[in-house]
Amino acid sequence: MTGLDRLLREVHAGNPRSVARAITLVEDGLEQGTAILASLDRQRLARALVVGITGPVGAGKSTLTGRLVRFFLDQGERLGIVAVDPSSPFSGGALLGDRVRMMTQATDDRVLIRSMATRGRLGGLCTAAGAAVRIMAAAGYRLILVETVGVGQSEWDVARLADITLVVLAPGFGDDIQAMKAGLLEVADLLVINKADLPGARKLLLELQGMAEKDVLETSAVRDEGIGRLGQRILELEQELRRTNRLEEGRRQARESEALDWLLERLREPLARLVREEGAAGCDPRITAERLLERIGALG
Amino acid sequence: MTEDRKTAHPAVISWEENELAAALARFPERRPRFIRHGGEEIPRLALPDHPDDRYLESVGFPGRFPFTRGVQPTMYRGRLWTMRQYAGFSTAAATNERFRFLLDQGQTGLSVAFDLPTQIGYDSDDPLALGEVGRVGVAIDTLADMEILFANIPLDRISTSMTINAPAMILLAMYVVVAEKQGVKASRLRGTIQNDILKEYVARGTYIFPPGPSLRLITDIFRWCAAEAPRFNTISISGYHIREAGSTAAQEVAFTLANGLAYVQTALDAGLDLDRFAPRLAFFFSASSDLLEEVAKFRAARRLWARLMRERFNPADPRSMMLRFHTQTGGSTLTAQQIDNNIVRVTIQALAAVLGGTQSLHTNSRDEALSLPAEDSVRTALRTQQIIAHESGVAETVDPLAGSYYVEQLTDTIEEEARGLIDEIDGQGGVVSCIENGFIASRIGEAAYTYQQEIEQGERIIVGVNSYQAEEATHLSLHRIDPAVEEEQKARLAEVKAGRDQARVRAVLAALDRAARAESEDLMEPVLAAVRAYASVGEICGVLRRVFGEYRERQW
Amino acid sequence: MRQRYRVLIGKPGLDGHDRGARFIARALRDAGFEVIYTGIRRTPEEIAAAAVQEDVAAVGLSSMSGAHLRLFPAVAEALARAGAADIPILGGGIIPDEDRPLLEQAGISGIYTPGTPVDTIVQAFREACERHYRGRQ
Repeated sequence: MTGLDRLLREVHAGNPRSVARAITLVEDGLEQGTAILASLDRQRLARALVVGITGPVGAGKSTLTGRLVRFFLDQGERLGIVAVDPSSPFSGGALLGDRVRMMTQATDDRVLIRSMATRGRLGGLCTAAGAAVRIMAAAGYRLILVETVGVGQSEWDVARLADITLVVLAPGFGDDIQAMKAGLLEVADLLVINKADLPGARKLLLELQGMAEKDVLETSAVRDEGIGRLGQRILELEQELRRTNRLEEGRRQARESEALDWLLERLREPLARLVREEGAAGCDPRITAERLLERIGALG
Repeated sequence: MTEDRKTAHPAVISWEENELAAALARFPERRPRFIRHGGEEIPRLALPDHPDDRYLESVGFPGRFPFTRGVQPTMYRGRLWTMRQYAGFSTAAATNERFRFLLDQGQTGLSVAFDLPTQIGYDSDDPLALGEVGRVGVAIDTLADMEILFANIPLDRISTSMTINAPAMILLAMYVVVAEKQGVKASRLRGTIQNDILKEYVARGTYIFPPGPSLRLITDIFRWCAAEAPRFNTISISGYHIREAGSTAAQEVAFTLANGLAYVQTALDAGLDLDRFAPRLAFFFSASSDLLEEVAKFRAARRLWARLMRERFNPADPRSMMLRFHTQTGGSTLTAQQIDNNIVRVTIQALAAVLGGTQSLHTNSRDEALSLPAEDSVRTALRTQQIIAHESGVAETVDPLAGSYYVEQLTDTIEEEARGLIDEIDGQGGVVSCIENGFIASRIGEAAYTYQQEIEQGERIIVGVNSYQAEEATHLSLHRIDPAVEEEQKARLAEVKAGRDQARVRAVLAALDRAARAESEDLMEPVLAAVRAYASVGEICGVLRRVFGEYRERQW
Repeated sequence: MRQRYRVLIGKPGLDGHDRGARFIARALRDAGFEVIYTGIRRTPEEIAAAAVQEDVAAVGLSSMSGAHLRLFPAVAEALARAGAADIPILGGGIIPDEDRPLLEQAGISGIYTPGTPVDTIVQAFREACERHYRGRQ
């Protein structure tokens, strides 16, 4: 048995070290990573549920995630969590601190947390996030939560990857819903008002109910309130999506989108080299691009 | 009194006839006259010949708003600052012995440090306490330990400062009960509990519960002490740890005062009378090595606090606007290399604190970077204060650096910067929000990072560390806690637990649980009852943990 | 795609003085590492579980309150139990010279006390990670 076969077997056996290793292989763009992805248990992937959690900084996402984990564990689930933080544009390094609020649960072997850095990708998730999710699913972590920091355009990435997207808000974040980022409310399958015990929660609830034709739920992660309701709603929504085939449709779109991302990522270096070789001196960049497209097209 | 009353400014005369006269009536200055070696009299307060409006408004007089020059009209001419050195080792018995040594050496107040399990609400037999019992301070599990700690120390005659935060209510309750057993009523107790949970979340790390319930505990302490122990300081709003975590001087002022304002607001929301608890608020700052910046920082802090209190709460009693503080010389400035250099550092820092008008002072020992200090190092640290007090002359006149162009400018700048930060915190919803969203922690972290990088790059010189090194072996050694200490402590705890009225303990813990769940019930009385029944710190905190939950930090 | 060195920085035990650990975490980030910072008040089991799940190439532990003799080896043991004895451990903080041999025996491969230039520490992590990744091939 090759090393790769052994790794695959251990991933499917749910060995956390092997799962972690496999994710690293994909993240680092190594061949073995791709080989592993090709051999993942498809049934487990189909059975899994991916829940995205996004929203503005300070809404209490990490704490809420921690509470949801506990709820789902009580329901008998095994959980994977992918927590994504931005890489420094200067050094390429990253500080990944999301797991802090969930660490006591991570010693439960039904939970596996992976922190990932965006590694230059601007969309809020890293390219390998989807792969990480699939590897976790194949390892038997049926429910996978993907959590991101919620700045920039990150909510779109999450919404594409996840079957169900939660947008977590909290009262007191600029009182004006109109000031809220365009798109944030659109991507949500469920809107969550966390810190619902604070003043302004009622107002926010009414505003959201008025604007969006979506479920709005209230929680207080710190006080452990509303979590059960939220968890149940997620599971109900999952059933609806499966029944109506929307889950599979959503995944098809996600797969296409991710394939495009990988393609763009792999092409970036070679294309950059072409641009350099073409020499940009004195030429309008638009023209440089057109010229290169012709050359590439000419190659068939 | 001024020599020529005809030409003295009316404000000066008014100050002399009011604040100063009242202070002198309460207690006279230490000497009838303060005379220099050549025979000339040392002025109580050096003043500009013609104080202008700007002077009167911003600099003013000690004991008069905005208190830039000090909170007390005669300052150290009336009473020297309290010389208060920490002590706290391993067992209550050993600490008791060190206390009695220090009291004999002329120390005027006691200061208690607790071990980490006690500070975080775990008993000495808890698995998480393994290896930590008695390490950084004394282990207190039950009232029995507290009784040993203060054996033969008359609690009505000394003042005790306890560095305890999250479980402060429990330790205070124990102190009160020990006094009770000595026949000393709570109304006679003097001292301080640090009890400042907000800074724990961003700088010191010994929190237990989330901010909301923690503020509730603090409010209950305020209320109880205002009624039963009015001479006890119920909070020491701390900037020291914020500075030690790497903040700038202006940030130290800003975040400390912001926390202070939050406590004031919490107390008011709970229905307390501003002028009854505000005068008892005390602060705690660091004294770092930039002498002039530190002096300016202390003056700026006093002035800013007074102004903010007036603007936001408008107290009737001027004492509600006085920023009284304890200072500790900055531990993080001390080096493990060439430790005698630390004596010099501490001297400069102590001088800064005195020139800045501190009410009490702890000076670090030279070996502080290495371990819990040895007895002779502790003595030298105390002597440092005594030499400043009696030989340097700076205590013979009030706020001597007032009027220095540089110091006044720096005072203004720090005040302005601090005020700006406080406004920013308000804009984000207050300190609790800024704790939870990481604003305060990230500012401190950036300042710490910058500072350390400056040292690494050689832009900031630390003598003996990145320059002027000596060929010496740096011996980091630790005060080794005898592992027997942990065993003894656990044994004592077991003994106390076995000898208790178990039914009573169960009953008091159940009552505490009920009171904690009922959101508006007082918790001090249930905790007192629990303590009297010899319930342990871990048991009491266990109940509260289950009701309040535990806080988990947000990172960056 | 370029590989990034992933490391974990954590503080075992009850001590909350994390200024030094935070500084090292930031310095490593600025040197291009992906740093999983696990915060204060961690048990050895939590640190080991995190190191395994995050597939780090090195673990950095900090102790300022003297609990290193018990806690650093406890982390090494927890890593071994989790099948990750091959992850190098670097230790920092207030650690007296006479404790070094014991810690080294327990599996701590480098000890860095206050006053050590940060570049030295970053380099030590880099080398530890390089060795570890080479060992994987």
